[in-house]
Amino acid sequence: MNEVLPLARLMQGNEAIAEGALAAGARFFAGYPITPSTEIAEILAEKLPLLGGRFIQMEDEIASMAAVIGASLAGIKSLTATSGPGFSLKQENIGFAVIAEIPCVVVNVQRYGPSTGIPTAPAQGDVMQARWGTHGDHPAIALCPASVQEAFTLTVQAFNLSEKFRTPVILLTDEVIGHLRERVVLPGPGELPVINRKKPPAGLKVYYPYRPDADGVPPMANFCEGYRYHVTGLVHDESGFPSTSPDVAERLMIRLNNKIMNNLDEIILTESFLTEDAEIAVIAYGAVSRSARRAVKEARAAGIKVGLFRPVTIWPFPEREVAELSGRVRALLVPEMNLGQLKLEVERSAGHGAKVAGLCKVNGELITPGEILEAIRQL
Amino acid sequence: MQEKLKKYLRLERLPHIWCPGCGNGILLGAFVRAVGQLGLDQNNTVVVSGIGCSSRATGYLDFNTLHTTHGRALAFATGIKVARPEASVFVLMGDGDAAAIGGNHLIHAARRNIDITAIIFNNSIYGMTGGQYSPLTPQGSRATTAPHGLFERPFDLAELAKAAGATYVARATTYHTGLLTRLIKAGAGHKGFSLIEVITACPVSYGRRNRSGSAYDMLVWQKEHGVPVEKAAKMKPEEMRGKFLIGELHRAEAPEYTEAYERFTGELQRSFKGE
Repeated sequence: MNEVLPLARLMQGNEAIAEGALAAGARFFAGYPITPSTEIAEILAEKLPLLGGRFIQMEDEIASMAAVIGASLAGIKSLTATSGPGFSLKQENIGFAVIAEIPCVVVNVQRYGPSTGIPTAPAQGDVMQARWGTHGDHPAIALCPASVQEAFTLTVQAFNLSEKFRTPVILLTDEVIGHLRERVVLPGPGELPVINRKKPPAGLKVYYPYRPDADGVPPMANFCEGYRYHVTGLVHDESGFPSTSPDVAERLMIRLNNKIMNNLDEIILTESFLTEDAEIAVIAYGAVSRSARRAVKEARAAGIKVGLFRPVTIWPFPEREVAELSGRVRALLVPEMNLGQLKLEVERSAGHGAKVAGLCKVNGELITPGEILEAIRQL
Repeated sequence: MQEKLKKYLRLERLPHIWCPGCGNGILLGAFVRAVGQLGLDQNNTVVVSGIGCSSRATGYLDFNTLHTTHGRALAFATGIKVARPEASVFVLMGDGDAAAIGGNHLIHAARRNIDITAIIFNNSIYGMTGGQYSPLTPQGSRATTAPHGLFERPFDLAELAKAAGATYVARATTYHTGLLTRLIKAGAGHKGFSLIEVITACPVSYGRRNRSGSAYDMLVWQKEHGVPVEKAAKMKPEEMRGKFLIGELHRAEAPEYTEAYERFTGELQRSFKGE
């Protein structure tokens, strides 16, 4: 279908996510409608059947996450999309995907919470939920688009990372980006790299589904393709069968962590704007980074040396980049639509470098360039 | 166990972890016999389970096996079946899995009439967590969370599945092993959602607390209280009091989900291409 689309289109963020998923090769969606993510389900309900893919509206959010894992294990790239309360419901099964190493993508179009909150209002309150939402100790990958174009490319990237590292990847966006309409240039066929999970070689006598290669990632056989094996949410050894051995448990947890933490260069994406000579840096992500960019331009026009640093990957957090930045500027400003969730990470990473200030707004409205400019002037 | 059935078991994983007297091993044996008689391709068969004693069965079975989260086995299995309609998909669940935490998934899998065979290990109790009551615990029974006797009413799981749209519903016990094997075979051969409720005994967490006697006594109870549907048709209602039906309880024809999906999308694709 992408071939028939014009290369440049006016598109909504949620639509770009749906198109990005198709471009990445996703052919299975299971979900439960929730504002403000619903358009993703609606668009895929229309397009997937025409592409030979499969769409199913499940009975609830939990079932949707379960079905996505099942379909991925059966060999089809799969995703679900949700918003705040739905993301909470999916958490247990996201943890299952982490320990069982099932690639899949979970889109969370953040809305105002907790609970039903303001369903139609933007917020960035799920930053920590994306990191620590499920139980246990585990790594997380979350990407945060700031434009409709990026909603498309980062969805492809989310699939690529999930397939490469055999892990669920969260596309953590927000209501503003989800419902924003912008011009998007779609890449031509083959222009964006698409990564598929590595398979074990055919003809192995014994396949160990959890025996990692040097990169820490085990090759993945799909169900019903010849290698029969056991998948469980219990701690398991390389054969996939449960174990309560302290050694096995420790090795598994450390490998799950290391396969992400040893590959940060591939996972962490950031963007810097006018930070080279900056005395102050604004660290902003998602929709707020758009206001921040405008504020930086206005501050520069007023003679204030300020730049913008944007974590595109917010988990794992770009600690090294923020530490380096904090050594060069006198102050860091973190505007966000919550009471300071990512600011905690910035403070941790900045160490004894620059002073860290927050600009928090929790009234269900986007932070404006004027508000950020005012905060810059106060520093 | 017949020699030719051993290939369906992961012998290196045995002996199993179930308690002495537990009916789960009988059920596992019946499952393997049914699969053997059907001659299913192991590589094309997926067995999914939830959490609890029963759900450890997937570890012992040599198929593509998936041990999921509590109550969600049917939802995982739905993803597998929709992604790979040609696979034979079985779901093994306990009474907590199927009727409590997973009740919503059960009724919707039945409503969709997706071609999955669900086998419920109904031992009337939560065994693995030590004997708390389930939605299938008989009224008046004792459980760790019903120390004074249970006042709640239980589900009739077979009636629930039937009302929700399951097109094959059956019940057996771990005493009636021949019947059990036949029913699993029939359920697996049936195109659509099949539910086979199996009354099994938990002598440790249920029996001891309820003075049900030994594991043997509990099997005798199953023999005396399970009445084949054919026989029950000739019995008076008062004779059936306190007893339950076993055998094929419901069979109907309705479009199966994945086939209906293929048909529907095939037509869509043709009309989209302007054929």
